[in-house]
Amino acid sequence: MSRSLPAALPRSLLAEPEPFDDLLPEERPFPEAGPPEGAGPALRAVPSLAEAARRVRPTTLAVDRALPVLEALAGLLPDGLRRGITVGVSGTGARSVALALMARATGTGSWAVVVGDGDLGLAAAAEIGVALERLVVVDAPDPGQWAPVVATFVGAVDLVLVSPGHRPSVGDVRRLAARCRERGSVLVHLSPGVDHPVDGWPGRLDLRFSVDEVGWGGLDGERDRLRSRRMDVSVGGRGLPTEGRRDALLLPGPDGVPVRQ
Amino acid sequence: MNGSIATPAAVRILVVGCPDWPLVALGVVSDEPALVLGAGRVVAANGPARAVGVARGQRRREAQFLCPEVRVLARDEGREARGFEAVVSALGAVTPWVEANRPGRCSFGVRGPVRLFGGEVALVRHAAEVVDAAVARVGSGSDGGPGSRVPGCQIPGCRVGVADGAFAAGLAARGGGPAPEHPMIVPRGGSPAFLAPLPVEVLLPVESLAGSSAGPTADLVDVLVRLGLTTLGAFAALPVADVLARFGTVGLDAHRLASGIDDRPAGHRPAPPDLAVSVDFDPPVDRIDRAAFAARSAAEALHERLSTRGMACTRVVVEAETEHGERVSRRWRDEGVLGPAAVADRVRWQLEGWLHGPPAVRPTSGITRLVLAPDEVVPASGRQMGFWGGVSAADERAGRACARVVGLLGPGSVRIPEWRGGRDPDDRVALVPFVESLQETGSVGDRGRGSARSDQEVKPWPGALPGPSPAAVHVEPMAVGVVDAAGAPVTVDGRGGLSAPPDRLVVPRSSVGTRPAAATGERVVAWAGPWPVDERWWDPLRRRRRVRLQMVTADGTARLVVLTDGRWTVAATYD
Repeated sequence: MSRSLPAALPRSLLAEPEPFDDLLPEERPFPEAGPPEGAGPALRAVPSLAEAARRVRPTTLAVDRALPVLEALAGLLPDGLRRGITVGVSGTGARSVALALMARATGTGSWAVVVGDGDLGLAAAAEIGVALERLVVVDAPDPGQWAPVVATFVGAVDLVLVSPGHRPSVGDVRRLAARCRERGSVLVHLSPGVDHPVDGWPGRLDLRFSVDEVGWGGLDGERDRLRSRRMDVSVGGRGLPTEGRRDALLLPGPDGVPVRQ
Repeated sequence: MNGSIATPAAVRILVVGCPDWPLVALGVVSDEPALVLGAGRVVAANGPARAVGVARGQRRREAQFLCPEVRVLARDEGREARGFEAVVSALGAVTPWVEANRPGRCSFGVRGPVRLFGGEVALVRHAAEVVDAAVARVGSGSDGGPGSRVPGCQIPGCRVGVADGAFAAGLAARGGGPAPEHPMIVPRGGSPAFLAPLPVEVLLPVESLAGSSAGPTADLVDVLVRLGLTTLGAFAALPVADVLARFGTVGLDAHRLASGIDDRPAGHRPAPPDLAVSVDFDPPVDRIDRAAFAARSAAEALHERLSTRGMACTRVVVEAETEHGERVSRRWRDEGVLGPAAVADRVRWQLEGWLHGPPAVRPTSGITRLVLAPDEVVPASGRQMGFWGGVSAADERAGRACARVVGLLGPGSVRIPEWRGGRDPDDRVALVPFVESLQETGSVGDRGRGSARSDQEVKPWPGALPGPSPAAVHVEPMAVGVVDAAGAPVTVDGRGGLSAPPDRLVVPRSSVGTRPAAATGERVVAWAGPWPVDERWWDPLRRRRRVRLQMVTADGTARLVVLTDGRWTVAATYD
């Protein structure tokens, strides 16, 4: 995206404020200019303002760099959903798992965007706990516009759920992942297993959720109804034990809200 | 500019402005310096006073310091409105579509009358002559007052400007000389070039020139000047996405004005016809104060009616009718949104002009009926503040991103859920288009807050499908076959009973995007239902009668299968 700006206007005045101004100096993309070399020994290096600020700044805990998740998911994600990662969810029940991942964060002020999944059941989303007032649904864009649309939301909202109807290009996926890392948004790739063509994600996903076993409860009698679903969910990926983590959930639970079993 | 927001061609507009209208309406035409004071500030000054430095917005003290002999007059808005009503009705001979903006300024679309008069130059000449004649009648002080017309003095001639869009046309009228000789006609498509060299201060509404500079536009102009963007052209050259990101909707609207594309607020549309508010008077009203009082409550009612639909009006038609069937109808338009007070003012101006006008147009009996009809509406950008302090930074960022994507994909592509309630999962939550304004996103929160759970329990929907809801509601339901153990299709009788328990779910080969294994049929391991529902049986067009079944197949997938008109479909999947 090349734009022509008047030379007189510094770009920084128009840009949005960076959400991650609290990066440690070693994490900054450009090192700051230190004190000049060869200063005499009599002149003790006075700490620069940035250095002083770093020393007195309160520590950023990992909790602040993570989005909260429902209690039912505590077995799978004990530290919450780390910001800046990409997540894949696949298999039968993938939509419910994706909604459960987003639910708690939308309730605490984060926004979520769904790009290109017109079938998503919004009533179910509300029952699982997603705050509908902070949910935005975008129609599936043309393949050519998919990447710009998703990139616009990455960085602006905390949770971006994508379900592309096409196979995105490797370059687009890599750029989106980098943008997530930089801006702290979480990109969730949904590949529903039921009645939907399964599309691969041409890139590495930091976390992969999959649903292994599913069983519905409540259809015991003739006049009964679907009440809850027991599912075994496993997650693997970066920062987790090699065998991953596995937990049994009731999703949806007896009253819609996911419950850990 | 890389903004790809769809830009409809701007309408060609002619604006007539009468300079120093507050003075002219008072009948003061003389070589002596004079000024009109409103709310402690100078609102108009005549040529001799301006020559020594008296300007709009000054205090009385400053003006008298500059020009001690100046004659100071109090503002009389009633007279201004009354006088201008005569001018507008005179213009009715040129076009029936005159829009009055405020006393002293009106406009109309050029497209119709230009054909009648044979060209814009001829049209401008004719309109200016009509207006000047009408102004001369008003200025001659026929209805008394402090008028002191010196015979040798000329009333300042009206200014006329023609351009694409009312904003550019208004500036052209301000910039031109006396109309019949020196009108300013900006050629078609020339509005951007015409606007480019003008200072950004012209974005300020006229009222704020006279008063204190406050408000979002004033802040915007202040920042632009400090950024070194002193002309509209420099501002218009900025990419629209960056303007939106930095300045929000106020910036976006100002950017549209500065670019000379289209000066109507984004998202305007004609009003639905059933929103008009009418008031009947019995006995008929012949006094302006009583009519104005009724107009005030009618304006409130109109505002209420619009705001329940999330709209605000930018153009309103005010129509009054007397006992004897005389009627006057006037179209009022404002740059911004007309609030209840603004509508009430306009009704008062119009009625004042009519009831106290020259005998030729004055009605012969009292007013019996007053109708306020919104003519053009925009999505309301006003909002209620959240209980705990409004919109967070996250809300604002999300709103901007949505606005940007609307620009990318077109209106209606970005939607937000709204709780509606209903019997089926697809009825319960509806998606409504995201409206391109940051404030709207704030009200989204208000609308949806707490609704998801509480309403569900509060409002009963007899026959509603029991929860939990399916996580996938298919936009295009897939046709399937439901057969019993003997292989015969399962049917439902008139009382909602199944002919036989369903045994297999058969997906026809023709349907695409399904697994081939499903073509032979999947065994139904458990099922529940049926839940028959017959909705809107009184309405033959919208009647919906169907039977719902929950089915779990051998692979553990639960589906909502619906029978409508003898055809089974998979409406939703419990994904």
